[in-house]
Amino acid sequence: MHTKNISELAAGLRAGEYSSVELTRHFLERIRRLDGGLNSFISVCEDAALAMARAADERLQRGGAGPLTGIPIAHKDIFCTQGLKTSCGSRMLDNFIAPYDATVVERLKRAGAVTLGKTNMDEFAMGSSNETSFYGPVRNPWDGDAVPGGSSGGSAAAVAARLTPAATGTDTGGSIRQPAALCGVTGLKPTYGRVSRYGMIAFASSLDQGGPMTASAADAALVLQAMAGFDERDSTSAEQPVPDYGAELEHDLTGLRIGLPREYFGEGLDAAVAESVEEAVGEYRRLGAEVVDISLPNTHLAVPAYYVVAPAECSSNLARFDGVRYGHRCEDPKNLEDLYKRSRAGGFGDEVKRRILIGTYALSAGYYDAYYLKAQRIRHLISDDFKHAFDRVDVIMGPTTPGTAFRIGERTDDPVSMYLSDIYTIAANLAGLPGISIPVAPVDGRPVGLQIIGNYFAEARLLNVAHKYQQVTDWHTKAPEGYL
Amino acid sequence: MSLDRADVEKIAHLARLEVEPDDMAAIAAELSNILELVEQMNAVDTEGVAPMAHPLHMVQRLRADEVTETNRREAFQAIAPQTEAGLYLVPKVIE
Repeated sequence: MHTKNISELAAGLRAGEYSSVELTRHFLERIRRLDGGLNSFISVCEDAALAMARAADERLQRGGAGPLTGIPIAHKDIFCTQGLKTSCGSRMLDNFIAPYDATVVERLKRAGAVTLGKTNMDEFAMGSSNETSFYGPVRNPWDGDAVPGGSSGGSAAAVAARLTPAATGTDTGGSIRQPAALCGVTGLKPTYGRVSRYGMIAFASSLDQGGPMTASAADAALVLQAMAGFDERDSTSAEQPVPDYGAELEHDLTGLRIGLPREYFGEGLDAAVAESVEEAVGEYRRLGAEVVDISLPNTHLAVPAYYVVAPAECSSNLARFDGVRYGHRCEDPKNLEDLYKRSRAGGFGDEVKRRILIGTYALSAGYYDAYYLKAQRIRHLISDDFKHAFDRVDVIMGPTTPGTAFRIGERTDDPVSMYLSDIYTIAANLAGLPGISIPVAPVDGRPVGLQIIGNYFAEARLLNVAHKYQQVTDWHTKAPEGYL
Repeated sequence: MSLDRADVEKIAHLARLEVEPDDMAAIAAELSNILELVEQMNAVDTEGVAPMAHPLHMVQRLRADEVTETNRREAFQAIAPQTEAGLYLVPKVIE
């Protein structure tokens, strides 16, 4: 059952080949048997999952079932799930049972999806390797010594190992696309505002965006359909109609204009990864697309601007973790200031502290103009680069990451080298654009991701472009040895 | 910009984060490295470029000032470290 796509699973449920309870048990059994070596889940909610599966089976009998009814899904542990531990990968929230559901969780529940559990992640989504998690690193199912990427590393590894047909992720600087690339799955970061941020624990509010992680673009279309849409509880939710993503998948690509930014193929890109990406672009040529060279001249400024904007917003957002209303509180506080300082010092890990400190500095008196304001101006330049590019092309393609999955521990001592793993993904967040990563030909047995960036609210186009490639290739159907 | 111990101490206080004295030097070095990366921004002239606060240039949506949420004090306080009579408890603030 775990090798089937979501549409096939839904058809099997309707044909009575298996019930949702059986399907759910199958994935729960796989998690029990295979996740010990991966650590992709922080919690598994067996009882709640089976109760949801029983309700889905009734709905399938009674009528009113949708395409996700009875289909298991896992949520990144950044999404609040009522009654279930929501840790955000942090000791700070190790004791936090969410009192409400995130909008994304609520919508997927309403669609009948069955929650299997909560996936591991970098602490508060700050990391590119899943090594900053309080719950330990996740291992890449393709190579147990390698990282799965991050911050949605647990979701990516779980989908790659076929422990769940789908998972949710969040992407602030590449946290859906980068782990999707390193684990060989499909990951979509929608346009800023497309998916509600309500109940999604905030990291950098002007960049954060939730999205689906699945084995294929067709599956991502089904999951995004349920996740997307206006939500009045998110003040930056976009009031834009949601198209029928499934209906747009099959459009012919003849005449599609693909832009290849020369800045994404320069120094720092692994030669074998470049070759793999170029081979995929060749496939698009055969599908009738036209390929043009473009330039995004401010690309080199994306990482520097991001490491002002994201930490600044993080330092403000994470001020709420003060040991008073929820989360970790230190022992025997001497006074209120001591309670704040030691609760935060004990609850947060090193990378989170580092970003809070950088952000606090960037926003402090006398430095605001030099850092935050400067970064926001550069953000405008980066956004204009894309605007000019989209006057000429329909989509932009390039590598999702400069290399394949690196070894666990390789970059933990050097934050700056870790930050550079997101060099191709960060610009889309700064501009608010949607991007998808899909698996292309691997290098030395490790997955490689092709990133496709689209114009605002062009998710349907991205899914269509990704789907057409997946119809003529089979990289997305490959699962790592030992997980088939 | 290179940060020293005193800078880290000041920032850590602003952020209400306890930092062990033994860790100060290492943190100062790490933060200085990150600032070095960030300061690549300075090579670009951004005179006359408007700061971009929102990717879609949307304005803040407002709603009528009405009570829309139900009172769930018990549920919220059930996960608090320490409460009493519906109040959150913290160490004494006023002597």
